[in-house]
Amino acid sequence: MDQDKQSNALMELGEFIAAARPQDVSDVEVRHEELMLRATPSSLLRVLTFLRDDSNCQFKVLVDVTAVDWPQRDVRFDVVYNLLSVKHNQRIRVKVAVDEDTAVPSAVSVFNSASWFERETWDMYGVFFSDHPDLRRILTDYGFDGHPLRKDFPLTGYVEVRYDELEKRVVYEPVSLVQDFRYFEFMSPWEGMTSVQLPGDEKAADNTATEKA
Amino acid sequence: MGDTQQTHIKNMTMNFGPQHPAAHGVLRLVLEMDGEIVERADPHVGLLHRGTEKLIEYKSYLQAVPYFDRLDYVAPMNQEHAYALAVEKLLRLDVPKRAQYIRVLYAEIGRILNHLLNITTFAIDVGAMTPLLWGFEQRELLMEFYERVSGARLHAAYFRPGGVHQDLPAGLTEDIRAWIEQFPAFIDDLEGLLTGNRIFKQRTVDIGIASPEEAQDWGFSGPMLRGSGIAWDLRKSQPYDSYEDFDFDIPVGKTGDCYARYLVRVAEMRESLKIMSQVLDKLPEGPIKSDNKKVSPPKRSDMKRSMESLIHHFKLYTEGYHVPAGETYTAVEAPKGEFAVYLVSDGSNKPYKCKIRAPGFAFMAAMDFLSRGHMLADTVAIIGSMDIVFGEVDR
Repeated sequence: MDQDKQSNALMELGEFIAAARPQDVSDVEVRHEELMLRATPSSLLRVLTFLRDDSNCQFKVLVDVTAVDWPQRDVRFDVVYNLLSVKHNQRIRVKVAVDEDTAVPSAVSVFNSASWFERETWDMYGVFFSDHPDLRRILTDYGFDGHPLRKDFPLTGYVEVRYDELEKRVVYEPVSLVQDFRYFEFMSPWEGMTSVQLPGDEKAADNTATEKA
Repeated sequence: MGDTQQTHIKNMTMNFGPQHPAAHGVLRLVLEMDGEIVERADPHVGLLHRGTEKLIEYKSYLQAVPYFDRLDYVAPMNQEHAYALAVEKLLRLDVPKRAQYIRVLYAEIGRILNHLLNITTFAIDVGAMTPLLWGFEQRELLMEFYERVSGARLHAAYFRPGGVHQDLPAGLTEDIRAWIEQFPAFIDDLEGLLTGNRIFKQRTVDIGIASPEEAQDWGFSGPMLRGSGIAWDLRKSQPYDSYEDFDFDIPVGKTGDCYARYLVRVAEMRESLKIMSQVLDKLPEGPIKSDNKKVSPPKRSDMKRSMESLIHHFKLYTEGYHVPAGETYTAVEAPKGEFAVYLVSDGSNKPYKCKIRAPGFAFMAAMDFLSRGHMLADTVAIIGSMDIVFGEVDR
């Protein structure tokens, strides 16, 4: 009951936003009692400013910016903005799909907190933010190459460091694994599984065959 | 004499850390100084980056739990809490009441653990030695409670999706109650040392002020936001795990400076005590984890007799459970602020993406804004009042 009420309130808010900004916003949906909508790189700043300033929204806190990598898609990344309205006690998620070469306009002019979150997203995924005042790497090493949270970046990375006793300094070397990298799949047919078809699964539905035999 | 000599003073760039006792870990702060005044502060973080989010993508949902202990290692269970709630949300899993109450109890123990460490190290940063010595004695007692329930003082891995790992051992509730009895006297002693202390106030009052608007703009949460006068606490506004069953208040600061944040934390410890004793009064009997056999592992005794339990155990600890495709942003009120997990599942047995939203990261981003125009020594007070732990900032 309570959850239904919450979802309805979120859906109403979503419909209000979609009606107020029909050109900028698409795919408004509520799932797991969370409201999300899509924007485009060109409309993003308008949407964020609207969400911040409109009296029905008041999403004044940008709590998080991150990205999700879907390498099999044409437009590879989803940049995800999570906002919070302290006034109305609501959250919203804005997603922008973008590929490797397209820049997303930086939200620093709307929210100061975007600055570091965008630096992190640039560092981890290589999504470029245009007009960012200070888009440097943030979490990785000085002079690091690559974007570690991309799905095609190996878990072990490319370089490793050690202190060289002879040279009296830290040296960078290509990763050498003492044993092969082990990645256990453990995919098997049992009830806990969802939506994965393995060879032989089609027989389970076909009960009649076994009964006859 | 008589000649006025024009001397051009160049700004000095100064390195603060990465190995400085007041940097609370591995913070490298590049300060541009005009004499004793900070012109610009550029924090370099990431020296403790361990790639937690990448590692989690290669682990099953259960194997990912211990990584959360290693984020904010001062209050480990509060981090696990956010993760457990996120996974439960995607699984649409109900958690038994007793498990929820135990989680609340330990989340509040974690809050006191955190505030004890923060207040006392903050005090040592600005020159008071004794609070640290007293506070760590109390922390040790609390970590004993961690150990008795999970076997580890710090890296507990106790909150798991579906409930908690084990039930409370016999006699623990009485001991926690006895601890609650004696703790208010300790808080009084601590306040006696600090709250009215002239030196402490000189170092903290009117230092690092953030107005309510600025605090929101910079993405503050927790005591940093409440210190600026915004009554916002996820335990009240978006209650999770039965927090709505308990009666407690949200302390709010007025001035938004370092001193207000200190006062908020002290008051929060007293509120946590209230919640803890209510949990102990109301603690229901019953199971401590979900009865969904596809998520929570069977009892050892069942495995001796039931073939099905044995199979479940084997499958849960090799393949793990599959989580339906979906995404969620689930936040808890961790002691430092809003700690959240943005979890994306593709329907397999491993998280597709797990973004960890650490409160300290947003605080660190505001370092330049908070310390600009202050004296060098004030940056130490600001870092102390921000409650930074690099385990969670760098991830």
